[in-house]
Parts: sequence; C-alpha cells; structure tokens
Amino acid sequence: MTTTETGYVGSALDRVDALEKITGRARYAYENSPRDLVYAVPVQATIARGEIIEVDVDAVLKHPGVVTAIWHGNAPRLAPSDDAELAVLQSRRVAYRGQYIAVVVAETYEDAREAAGLIHVQYAAEEHDVELRPDHARLYRPDYVNANYPADVELGDPDAALAHAPVVVDAVYSTPAEHNNPIEPHATVALWDGDGLTIYDSTQGASALRMAVAPLFGMPPAQVRVISPYVGGGFGSKGRAHPHVILAALAAKQVGRPVKLAVTRRQMFAVTGYRTPTIQRVRLGAEADGRLTAITHDVYEQSSTISEFAEQTAVPTRMMYAAPHRRTTHRLVRLDVPTPSWMRAPGEAPGMFALESAMDELAIACGVDPVELRVRNEPASDPDTGLPFSSRNLVACLREGARRFGWAGRDPEPGTRLRGRLLLGTGVAASTYPAYRASSAASARAEPDGGFTVRIAAADIGTGARTILTQIAADALRTSPGMVVMEIGDSALPRAGVAGGSMGTASWGTAVVRACEALVEELERRGGVVPPGGIESAADTKQEVRSQEKFARHAFGAQFAEVGVDADTGETRVLRLLGVFAAGRIINPKTARSQFIGGMTMGLSMALLEESIMDRQFGDYLNRDLAQYHVAANADVRDIQAFWLDEEDPHLNPMGAKGIGEIGIVGTAAAVANAVHHATGFRIRDLPIRLDKLVR
Amino acid sequence: MRPFSYQRASSARSAVAALGADADAVYLGGGTNLVDLMRLGVVSPGTLVDVSRIAAGAVEETSGGGLRIGAGVRNGDLAAHPLVRRRYPMLAEAVLSGASGQIRNMATVGGNLLQRTRCSYFQDVTKPCNKRSPGSGCPAITGDHRNLAILGHSESCVATHPSDMAVALAALGAAVHVEGPQGARIVPMPGLHRLPGDRPDRDTVLEPGDLITAVEVPPLPFAVRSRYRKVRDRASFSFAVVSVAAALEVSGGVVRDCRIALGAVAHVPWRAEAAEAALRGAPATPAEFARAADVELAQARPLPLNAFKLPLARNVLVRVLTELAEAA
Amino acid sequence: MKGEANTTRGDAATAPITVELELSVNDQRYPVTVDTRETLLDTLRERLDLTGSKKGCDHGQCGACTVLADGRRVKSCLTLTVTVDDVSVTTVEGLAGAGGLHPLQEAFVEHDAFQCGYCTPGQLCSAVGMLAEAEEGWPSLVTPGIAAVTGPVELDDDEIRERMSGNLCRCGAYPGIVAAIRQVAK
Repeated sequence: MTTTETGYVGSALDRVDALEKITGRARYAYENSPRDLVYAVPVQATIARGEIIEVDVDAVLKHPGVVTAIWHGNAPRLAPSDDAELAVLQSRRVAYRGQYIAVVVAETYEDAREAAGLIHVQYAAEEHDVELRPDHARLYRPDYVNANYPADVELGDPDAALAHAPVVVDAVYSTPAEHNNPIEPHATVALWDGDGLTIYDSTQGASALRMAVAPLFGMPPAQVRVISPYVGGGFGSKGRAHPHVILAALAAKQVGRPVKLAVTRRQMFAVTGYRTPTIQRVRLGAEADGRLTAITHDVYEQSSTISEFAEQTAVPTRMMYAAPHRRTTHRLVRLDVPTPSWMRAPGEAPGMFALESAMDELAIACGVDPVELRVRNEPASDPDTGLPFSSRNLVACLREGARRFGWAGRDPEPGTRLRGRLLLGTGVAASTYPAYRASSAASARAEPDGGFTVRIAAADIGTGARTILTQIAADALRTSPGMVVMEIGDSALPRAGVAGGSMGTASWGTAVVRACEALVEELERRGGVVPPGGIESAADTKQEVRSQEKFARHAFGAQFAEVGVDADTGETRVLRLLGVFAAGRIINPKTARSQFIGGMTMGLSMALLEESIMDRQFGDYLNRDLAQYHVAANADVRDIQAFWLDEEDPHLNPMGAKGIGEIGIVGTAAAVANAVHHATGFRIRDLPIRLDKLVR
Repeated sequence: MRPFSYQRASSARSAVAALGADADAVYLGGGTNLVDLMRLGVVSPGTLVDVSRIAAGAVEETSGGGLRIGAGVRNGDLAAHPLVRRRYPMLAEAVLSGASGQIRNMATVGGNLLQRTRCSYFQDVTKPCNKRSPGSGCPAITGDHRNLAILGHSESCVATHPSDMAVALAALGAAVHVEGPQGARIVPMPGLHRLPGDRPDRDTVLEPGDLITAVEVPPLPFAVRSRYRKVRDRASFSFAVVSVAAALEVSGGVVRDCRIALGAVAHVPWRAEAAEAALRGAPATPAEFARAADVELAQARPLPLNAFKLPLARNVLVRVLTELAEAA
Repeated sequence: MKGEANTTRGDAATAPITVELELSVNDQRYPVTVDTRETLLDTLRERLDLTGSKKGCDHGQCGACTVLADGRRVKSCLTLTVTVDDVSVTTVEGLAGAGGLHPLQEAFVEHDAFQCGYCTPGQLCSAVGMLAEAEEGWPSLVTPGIAAVTGPVELDDDEIRERMSGNLCRCGAYPGIVAAIRQVAK
C-alpha cells in the first residue's frame, strides 16, 4: 500500500485544526457577517395539519426594523423539488406542527425575533394523527428502506422453524424518537451576487448541499457555492439539506441583501430531522444449546405525510448471525409529524438494541453465556447475500473485550449483587456497521516552496477528517503532515460525498491517495522539479468504486457495560463501558479513540436518557430543549474505554480502513439494558431506561 | 422579546419605588430564569429594575445562632459559605445540586425562590396554560405530566416548583424578608409559595412590587446532621424528579425532632408536616420512617404518568432518614 | 376548528430601546450602543466579532456560551449586556496570554478533549472558572464532608465531572476534558 511507506498513517497526530478550535478562531457558519446583512427568523406552524388561510404581513411590516415578511401568499415560486420538505412557503398546506410557514426579515436579530413572535396567522386546522402504533390502519411496506435495502427479506421457512424450535424468544422492543442535537444549531448565511448564491452553512456535505439547493432556484450547481470549513457536530442531522437553507436563500433573494438565519434549539426539534421511533418484534428460535434456527425481526416506524424516510432498522439482523430461516420486514406509517432523517447509525442503532437484547434473553433461556452464544452463531459467510466477508472479527472482539472487562466467571443470576444500596450488573452486546465507500474527487498540488495543497470538498464535523486526510496525503506524497495544507469544507473544491454512513475516510481517503499518487508520478516525470506556478494533479474515484470486488464489508465490535441501579430510586448509572472494535486500519489512534468513545457515549445517552416525547394533543415534540431532552452530561460518563484489534483487510480501499463514526453507538444501549437486567432482574424493552421503569 | 427599559436600583427602597405601581415592570436578579422566560415570550415586561447591585449580598449570623442571607447572594457563594455548610448541610447540598456551576454563579437567593415551573406547556406560548394565560386550560393533565405534581394540585394546574434550595428552606422554616409598596414584612416558609387552586397564575403570596430582601434561617442545632437527596434522570445538571430535605434529632434510639420537606412533588416545596408529627417520639427505625412516609403520602393523588413518584418519594424518604439515624 | 393566532400578546409596535455603554472584554474597552434586549453573547458575537463564545441553546442549558465575569464563570446567553458595563469579561479569545496558550488549552489538545470544537470555548472558560472555585475551597455536591472543607478542594475525576456538567459535549469528549483538567489541576 502506498500510504504506509513513510508511516504517518497510524500515528497519533494532534488535530491539525486544534489551535483554531481552542482559541475561538475557528469560524462556524453563523459567524460569517457579510456587509449590509439582515436577520431572518422563521415562523413555525402551530397546528399539526391543515391550511394557512392568511398571514397578516401588513401588521408585521409596521414593527420597528422589519424589512419584509414572506409566506406562501407573497413568496417567490421555487422550481419543483424531489424533497417536499425543501419546497418552503410553496403551499398553504401544513404537514406538521413546527413546519416553516413564514419568515420575518429585520435589521436586527432582536427586531426579527420580536416581529416573528407577534405575527398573526389564521389557520383552518384539521384533525391530526401523530401516534405510531403497530396496528395502524395505514401501515404500508416501503419500496426500499434507507441506503436502498429491500424492505422485506425472507429466507427458508421461519414460521415453521419457530414452531419447532426447542427454545423461542418472542419479544417486542421499542425505541423513542431521538433528536441528533449537535451542539452547534443549524445555521445559514445566504448571499446573492448577481446570479450566484453563496451559502455559509453548517453541513456534512458541501457538494451535496449545492446539488440540492441549485435546482430549486433554477440554477446550475456551479452557481451555488457552499462554504463550511467548521461544523459543530452533525450526527446525521446536517447530512441532507433542511428547509432553513432554502428559506435563508429565498429571503436573501427577496430582500437583495445577505441574510443570516439561525435555527434555534427549540425549532430544531421540528425542522432538522430526528430518529424515528420504532416498535420491533423479534423472534428467535434456537436449539437447546443456543444455535439459532430462525430469526424474524418486524419493524414499525413513521415518516411524515410529505416525505418518506424509511429507517433500515432490521437490516443488521440480516447479516449478524447464522440461522437458516429468517425474515426481516419494515412497515411505515405516514403521520402528521416532522420528517425523520439520519441520526448516527440509522438502522443499526435502534435495530441492534432489539436484536442484541433478544440475544441476551436467548442466552438466559438456554443457560448459555451471552458471549459464548454469539460465538456459537457466528456465520461463515454473509447470511444475507452469501458473499464472503472481507474480514469479520466479531468473535475476536468478544474474546478480547471479555478478557479486558473481566467477564470470566460472571455469575449469570440476576438481581443478586448489592453494594450498599446499589444493584450491580454486567452486560454485553455486539456492534456492527457496514463499510461503505462512495466516489469522490480530489486534487493535489505541489507548490514551488516545497509544500503541498490537497483539496477535496470533504467535511470535518468533529471526526478528525481534516487531520487524517492530512496524514493520508503526507504518506502518499512521501512528505510530512506539516508540509501539507488540506483544504476542505467548500463546494468549490473537488466534489466529495457527505460525511455520513461512516464512509468519509474510505471515500475521501481513496480520492486523496489517487490524486497524490498522480501528482507524485507527474513530479517523477519532471524529475522532481516543481514549475514556478506549481503543479496540480486530480483524481476521481467513480470508476474505482464502481468496479470494486464483491464482498460483504462490515466493521464489528463488542461492548461490555457495568451498571449500578439504585435499589430505592431506580436511578441507573453506567459505571463502566468498554468497547473493542475491528474496523480495519486505524489512521489516527488519538482521533479514532475519540470517535469510538463519542459513539459509545451517545449510546449510553440513548440507553438511559434520550426520548423526544410526542404531544398527542398538539402534535409536536414537547420536550424541545436541552433541559428537558437530556443528553449525557459529564457526570454520566465515568469509566469508558475503547480498544481495537489490528485488522488487516485487503479488500477495502488504499488505506485498509473501515469507518468508525457510527459503530460506537451500535449495541451500547443493548449492553446497558442487558446489564440492567443482570443487576435487577427487570428486562427493560422500551428505551430509555429511566427510573420510573425500575422503581418499586 | 419586547423592547424594555432598564434601570439599576441602589437600594431595596429605591427599587420598590422605581417599580412603583407599574404592573409592566419586574425586578431583575441573576436573570437565569427571567431572561429565559422573556426569550420564550412567557413574560414580556416593559421595564426591568436591576436589583443585583443592591448591597444585600451578605451572609450574616443572627443573634440566636441562625443566619440571615441577603437576597442578592449568589447561589454559588451561598453553598460555599462555611456557616451554611456547617450549620445547614442540607441547604448547601440543595443549592449544589441545582443547575450548574455557571448558573449558580449568576442566580440569586431571592430569584431562586421565585423560579417559575419548568412544565413544558407553561414554557410554550403556543399552547394553553392556566398559569401563563388564566382560563386557557391545562393540557398537562391529559398530556405529559411525568414530572409534575402528585400532591396539592388542582384541576387548573399540576405544575411543580423547580427549586432545590427552596425545599431545604421550607424544611428549615426560613423567614422571607420582603420590602413592598406598603413597607417591610416577613413571610414564613412554608407559606411563601401557594398551592395552585383556581389561581395557578399566582406562584407565591407576594403582591406586585414586593421585593425579597433577605432570607433568615432560624437556629436549628440538630440540622448539622441534615441531608438533601435529589433524584434525577441525568446524573447532574437536571431538575429533580423527587427530592427530600431532612434533618433528624435522635437520642436513645428515639426521634426527638425532625424537619422534612419534599421537592418536585407539588406546586410548593412540600413540607412534610404529617410525617414529622408521626415521627416525633417514635423509634428511629426504617419501619417507622416508612410509616411516616405513608402518612404523608396518603394525601397524594398521582396522575397516570407520575404514579411512580409515590414509591419513589417513599423510598427516598426512608433512605434519607435511615442514613441520618445511622449517622446519629 | 379554526386555529388561533401565534401569540397570546397584543402586537404593540414598540421601538427598540438602546443604551450606550462601554464594555470591558479581554482587557480591552469597547464603546457600544446596544439594544436593552441584547445578551452579552449576541453583543460579543454580532457587534464585537468575538465569535469564540458559542450559542448552543440560548437558554442556559448547554454551557457553550460560558465566559468569565470578574473571574467567575457565567452564561453569556442569560446575561443582558446592559447589566455588565461594570464587569470585566474574559472570553476564550482572552485566555491565552503574552506567554502563549493557557495550560488548559494545551492540555485540551494533548488529550483530544474536543471533536467538533463548538462546545470547546465554553468548556475552557468553565474549566478556568471551576479551577478557581476549587482553589477557593468551594465544595461540590460530590465533595466528601462538605461541612468540613476549609481549604482548596482536591479535584479527582468525580469532582471534575460534577463541576463540569454544566457544559454539554455532544461529541462525547468528556474523558478527554476530564483528563486535560486533571493534568492542569495538579
């Protein structure tokens, strides 16, 4: 491999953008202030379904500082879009409470906010339906679920196998709606210059955002520039264009001045995506020794009436364990709710909570150790596609994790370990995440001063992408990271896929390596002489990615949790969390550890705290702030450790790397729930595991 | 936020005078709740009278061995004060379990007592709420009330008082010094906060223009052994699901005296007088503590989603009292 | 059913009320005219171009806006600018001195105590204020025997976690944050 020769890949380089971040110099989207700017504040629907009759714009215009107020009645028409969420102010219909129905633009933020709060809107409200139920009359099977998987897959005769299985687990698990809640709220600064549009945005994909925005304004993508060098977290919620971007661009066009628009934390709960709630029935049929004969996993989840997002919740169940008879299904219901979207490990995170909880129940039913049960059901090839795994080290992760955690000799009896008034328990669960790769382009340039500039419209949303791409480029260019300037976060740079699906390193890294290799070759041709104007090479990996060999490519991991449950209050705290992962080559141990631990922390948070509560009466998520929607605080995260195996996988990409951004959250909630059962004897099948479910 | 004028008061008298009869004016202390509520549109004053510079920021000993705490004392300073920690550990613990370090550095003692409920409906101006808009209804009763009241609520309102500090002060029987348009007076705790009844818009017995100037905590020697235990979903930086403040005097295995209050169960910090009465003179045993808890909670009327608060409150009460008795 | 208007309040078209004052930020004086409604956070970010202090929630629930006011950590999103004309404000931009970075800044890099970096300025300012509080003998909820504390509080991991819980980090960099602060506290 070209990238290993000088060996910066694999070293624990400090983040190359660390100084900017610790001094406050890193400029995030909203912190760009073009001259003559105005402030836009969106107005959200206060009904969950119905029609807007009138918005009293004249009254709003009388308020101090107000420049304009735009709603369907006076909004410019946009070109049709595939994504109805982006057709802002294009209809009188209200599809969910909190949908944008108007925007107020004023000279100051205070004036805009005050006027937006006073706006008079007349509605014709209709009865709404916001409740996900497994017996809903309007359930249907989507054509595909997210990432283009079939909605249903069936192999063999699972019903017959279940009927004849000596041991059966049949349980319903549920996960609530959860909101990504990156600490930087979504924000857009939009600026028209002639026919061109510049957008400073907090996005996981500058190239993709440009492609989404341009057609709405009838422009070629080249006329839209998205600039986003720093992104304050995303976790999927900044992966696709959300309507505020269009609202800002539309408002800026209307007033002929740059517009700043910040989505507030409260607004984010309706308009920036979230993880659908799920209801999941899992049935496992097994021999007395725990060997699976049948697996079924039936999922019920929601989308909005205007846009379909089908989470691929049962998809990991298709490839995790060997069982000859299997069925996985997804059913969706379109409700008067905001459109769900990507949230860290969509599919795997909720789906593996159910599957890995069920595996724990099976272990108990069979009297088999939960680690051993998983080892016994290890498949030889991908049970779903029949393809060989490019590498699969789940068993090694389980064994190594058990060793490090001190699993050996664990007494499986639940509810018997009391320290003071604290019930103690341990649990394990497996993790997995697919190793995707998308095509990208990159350029590499040798500068006359001996340095290099590498360009790609990648995004560093905190993952460390800017740093690891620098390392990858340094190795490919046979130089040191200090000689490489890595430019990312700008759609004017060579096209790149989004920071999503844990495929940034694989996708962008491949393009960077190919561009650097081309440059090295070019330099060699020129005898190492850089012309005065510098010299540049480019690469596009479309062909390489399309023609890659057929393998089942997945990362794996094992998570071990120890919990303490207060016997009097039911308060559950995770005392220890330990994960071991097999994710190919680790490019930077320092940033990788942070990625794994960050994912595990979000998994801990999912296990114990996170729940967006749908208010049935009004049809919105009720607890829409960070005081009511709890994410893990510092005190919740005690002893948390991540390790990884040295995994050589020649079937991936030039770096030999699998993605690591999402696998950390997968399985964590099940490990915690399994530990809570071990501690208390209570099986909590509906997340989060809050004290009201445990106090007696 | 509506435009407002801003004035800074130099004394309690001048603050009260500045507010005068202006129903559109409010006092600004640390601002941690008021600015939040203004941004939500829950309150929209036309004038803010800043009382944070009033020289009432000290903790002083009173002649009988109690403490007089200026209303402007910041929560952080209060919890750190050696006399507070030594004489009334439950008060220090209550303050330290509230909010975060940053907020405690801003929030004042007076403002903490006057915090508004964190009920989701109260904080959302697009929804009805009898506390915010009298007569508009209470959606929490049929909606989400997991963390709302089980004691003393009414058909109009099931909100809880959010303060931790106030629970300790109610247990300790603090006296709240108030300066108002009609002069100075003292309001005892419990007694400052009121149950919702059919006027849930009124959190306290204070009248418009009233300004809290100090809180006096009476001497209570046995409070050196006291505790505040806060039960919450998140390990830190979150409001109580249930809390207990208690002080216990035990000699010869018998409860001589006690002070108990519950938090996050009612529209007021809930002084558990029935439990106290049941315990005085009783053996200091877990069984008696449980009996006392049952006596207190017999009046509870939990709602469908918060019935868990009954066993929770009972368990925590027994636990805290048992630990105090063991330490005696 | 007909829906109602978006607000419960009458639409009084009151003009903004502005105040001229001088702010002291990072030892520099800034004469500004501010709307009384403006928070310190918005003044720093929108008027003074000190964008290091971050807005994560605007309601005092995340800690990203933490600055030091006369050395005490506070939330600039809940601080009205008109109230701090007599206060010395320090933001993340003012942490580094003439001698270079603040030791906490260096420790944050060393321990990878951040990922996206958006909560980082608030974490840093909060940590500076927190170390001073511990030095002054302020106990926390997890300090053993809070009645007896008389001197500086030794900061173990539990102490740091509790004291830093007002600063949320969605990336989950807490272990790095704790390690960085522990290193500097020693």
